[in-house]
Amino acid sequence: MSTARSKPAAKRKSAARKPAGTRKTPAKRSAAPKRRQAARVAAKPKFTETLVNVRGLKMHFPVTEGAMIPKVVAHVKAVDGINFDIMKGETLGLVGESGCGKTTTGRCILQLERATSGDIIYDGQNLAQLNKKEMRPLRQRIQVIFQDPYSSLNPRMKIGDIITEPMKVHNTEPNETARRNRAHELLEVCGLNPKFSDRYPHEMSGGQRQRVGIARALSVKPEFIICDEAVSALDVSIQAQVINLLEDLRDEFNLTYLFIAHDLSVVRHLCHRVAVMYLGKMVELADCDELFDNPQHPYTQALLNAVPIPDPSIEAKRKHQIIKGEIPSPINPPPGCVFHPRCPIAVDECKKNVPEFREIRPGHWVACSEI
Amino acid sequence: MVTTSEARVEARFEELSNKRPFWEVAHEFVRKQPLGSAGLAIVALMIFAAVFAPILTPYDPELNSFEHMLTPPNLEFLLGTDQFGRDLLSRIIYGARTALFVGFTAAFIGSTLGLVLGVASAFFGGKFDLIFQRIMDILMSFPLIILALAVVAIFGTGIQNVIIAITIPFIPRCARVVRSSALAIREIPYIDAARANGFSNARIIMRHMVPNVMAPYLIMITAFVGQAILLEASLSYLGLGVQEPIPAWGLMLQGGAEEYAESAPWVAIWPGVAISLAVFGFNLFGDAVRDTLDPKLRSQ
Repeated sequence: MSTARSKPAAKRKSAARKPAGTRKTPAKRSAAPKRRQAARVAAKPKFTETLVNVRGLKMHFPVTEGAMIPKVVAHVKAVDGINFDIMKGETLGLVGESGCGKTTTGRCILQLERATSGDIIYDGQNLAQLNKKEMRPLRQRIQVIFQDPYSSLNPRMKIGDIITEPMKVHNTEPNETARRNRAHELLEVCGLNPKFSDRYPHEMSGGQRQRVGIARALSVKPEFIICDEAVSALDVSIQAQVINLLEDLRDEFNLTYLFIAHDLSVVRHLCHRVAVMYLGKMVELADCDELFDNPQHPYTQALLNAVPIPDPSIEAKRKHQIIKGEIPSPINPPPGCVFHPRCPIAVDECKKNVPEFREIRPGHWVACSEI
Repeated sequence: MVTTSEARVEARFEELSNKRPFWEVAHEFVRKQPLGSAGLAIVALMIFAAVFAPILTPYDPELNSFEHMLTPPNLEFLLGTDQFGRDLLSRIIYGARTALFVGFTAAFIGSTLGLVLGVASAFFGGKFDLIFQRIMDILMSFPLIILALAVVAIFGTGIQNVIIAITIPFIPRCARVVRSSALAIREIPYIDAARANGFSNARIIMRHMVPNVMAPYLIMITAFVGQAILLEASLSYLGLGVQEPIPAWGLMLQGGAEEYAESAPWVAIWPGVAISLAVFGFNLFGDAVRDTLDPKLRSQ
């Protein structure tokens, strides 16, 4: 086994080092990352208190046939039994290709979807068992930033109303004047002019709208924010600004993020820990640097290897480790390890046994029986 | 970066808020929607006639005069008189009041109820939506006039009952159209954002969904006014709508058409022209409103 693995391991090392270079692209703020990274390492031990604890979360969407009397013919297993926790103050990255269930996971935590089974324990309360009324006070503490800044703001409402509405519903500010003042404050915090509050979303650019989305999420002083691909729809220069804003806000208000993304360089820059999902399952979970420098699961390795290097001469010479085949349908996922049909190191065992999600070294969890 | 984009937005903002003189806007509308403008002119004329009826009419519309029974149009009675000697011009001008009152009230109430029910149906979805839509299907399987007749048969005649009778068949028609728009809106992330914030269902429906389905709603209202006028005239003609001596176009037709079609055709012709013109005007105007508000339906 060890000889079989030695080659990929060597490849892994070189592959892992390279994405680090992407962080020094001109798009990012040049001086900040080093200082931030230092701060992150120093701050590591302080994440001791668990804020969110997800246990055996499953979200199966029924596939129905027949218009009048719908009949369930199959289930799309969008999320199929995942476990993770998020510590207070940390940023957990959730990555994976399209359709792997990362957004659904976020929606389940937000209770926008009722999970099929599993527990979502938030600060001692199981969200999966709360009714609408019991959930309401928690909704103030959990906020969300959406991917598309164009469709996440109501086009018929002024920016000021969009930001003050959550405060009004959750009654966090005593009166309209206080709410207005806070909206102005938040716009300024998010790098917008307070006079934008009298405008409509269509009068703003994508980056400005995303800042409004962030201001709306912050308006009720939450402690946990789910960023669902919050920067994916923005162009690179705006992305960098919004990421830095999210980072500054995290430090200023002591926020916890679940950062759902597919851009690995962004995840590496922002997150403390990273979880990798594949076809509704979690395949690897580790500290950010550990995962990027020493990925264990073959899927993670392939994912990291797919990140292009912004130097054409190196990129042209590099040998890509491309995973073969297509992502299987979540309606009928492969038996055993869901990744086995595409896995370079799969053995017969993988077709039968579901690999255990186990801790191979402190804080580094992998779902692969061949490691 | 922030400064340049801000400047751009500023410029766009200026451009948007820059009010153009009224005649320029009007001229553009006439050029782009010539038929719609004609419709608007007819509608405006009707509203003018209804509002200033007491000033415009030469005689009392309900005044009988046996000396002037069935007078053909002349200088004294511009459109002639009916079998009771009532001035037809005065009755047609006052008839515009009845038609507009019934038309607007029924179209507005019917569309608004349809709007709220349609959005609610789309928002709640599932079983509620399924059952609600089947009820709407049942209501829609009756032609407008049959359902209105049934309602009048239950409630009796009179202007309020006529309005109720016309309103009810409009509800499912509007609810159906609004629901289809609302279904699309329900999936847009700002509704998710509202739900994730724990807003009440009423707030999400009224504040976040209803304002975003205003275009189909306004289209339905303008389209319904013409239909409501026609329906009111039909009910009155059948003797189940507005009752004598209130001046109403359908009622005037009923009084004149059968007995005097040959001997005194003007008794039936003028109210008929008034009904056609009114419905024609509202339909043209409604089409123009639809073209302006819903670019997807615009035929190039």
